Amino acid sequence: MESALVEELIKKFEGSTQRESLDIPAANVPADLLLSVAEWLRNEQGFDLLMDVTAIDWSEDVSPRFTGIYHFASSTKHNYIRIAADCEDDVEPELPTLAKLYPAANWHERETYDLLGIRYKGHPDLRRILMWDDYPYFPLRKEFPLAGIETEFPAADVAEAAGGAKVIPAPMMGGPFHAPQTGAMSKREPRAADQSWNEEKPKPNND
Amino acid sequence: MATENNFAYNSKIEGDLVVTKLDTAINWIRKHSVWPMPMGLACCAIELMAAGGSRFDISRFGMEVMRFSPRQADCMIVSGTVTYKMAEVVRRIYDQMAEPKWVVAMGACASSGGMYRSYAVLQGVDRIVPVDVYISGCPPRPEALLDGMIKIQDKIQREPSVKNLLDRDMHKAPEKKTTTAPAHA
Ligand code: SF4
Repeated sequence: MESALVEELIKKFEGSTQRESLDIPAANVPADLLLSVAEWLRNEQGFDLLMDVTAIDWSEDVSPRFTGIYHFASSTKHNYIRIAADCEDDVEPELPTLAKLYPAANWHERETYDLLGIRYKGHPDLRRILMWDDYPYFPLRKEFPLAGIETEFPAADVAEAAGGAKVIPAPMMGGPFHAPQTGAMSKREPRAADQSWNEEKPKPNND
Repeated sequence: MATENNFAYNSKIEGDLVVTKLDTAINWIRKHSVWPMPMGLACCAIELMAAGGSRFDISRFGMEVMRFSPRQADCMIVSGTVTYKMAEVVRRIYDQMAEPKWVVAMGACASSGGMYRSYAVLQGVDRIVPVDVYISGCPPRPEALLDGMIKIQDKIQREPSVKNLLDRDMHKAPEKKTTTAPAHA
């Protein structure tokens, strides 16, 4: 997606490239320039809101494996930009924190750390936010099974009182389930392929 | 002629007395004043609240006194998705409730983990606390909750409460372990 803003960014920050995008302007920046890019976006381009911080795990056999994703918005210019930064280390991924520029980054980065294990250098309080503190895995990494891995219960005394309760892999029973794309009833079931019927788009009569 | 009526208790002659078993009397009192502890953890809690409203009116069964302190409640209604992180809290609150106490697993999540077959969700609250009644549904309608609560009343009515009172070990509290220092040889 062409954008004057991204071109300016690429000229200003060496090593940045255009990033493919279907919706909003996007750019790849080197991880060590992330802070100065964010500062520039905030102070000079009017991007006063950090909408989202997340990351991508491209799977174990890809390098760089982890990419941090940031969405900024401007409340004065009404536009968005997406910034992506690859983590150099594939085993212990690390990125600089934006929490000092945008307070909103604090909890977002804690969540990304919790689920994908990316450490944010300089974060004021990098603790897990969803899983309990001594949980040993990062559940959104590609090698982690959806059902989970057997682990100790969060509190040892409670586990003992409850007769040796453990964190167990959830029984998947052949799942995960979703409506079938073919076969009986498949035309009637609304599903991800946007088949919700309404006045403007009535249900086709196939019977 | 001796009919059944002649053998029965006649209050006109013998005064305003009722003869019963102690168990029956205690259970009758208990079952009509259940004090629920609303463990509302997700969407099912909305139906629990509806059951407490005037339309479904849980107070018809003497259960309207929901207490948010475990020390003042005797029936924990687990209504919602119990994550492993919350499971610790649920068990601690259960341990703080005074005997006699009951647990209702309301909805699919509390009964079995429901649709959350995932690494973060406890697969049924019966893994950490003894459950007396399971209620199916996602969420169960308030009528289903009331039905479950009436089942709890039936269960209470059948309990040997006097024996339990004397034994005092319906649910044994976890014994405190004293760790002894290793002896030096
Ligand atoms: S059983 Fe359904 S309604 Fe109840 S907490 Fe689970 S998902 Fe929500």
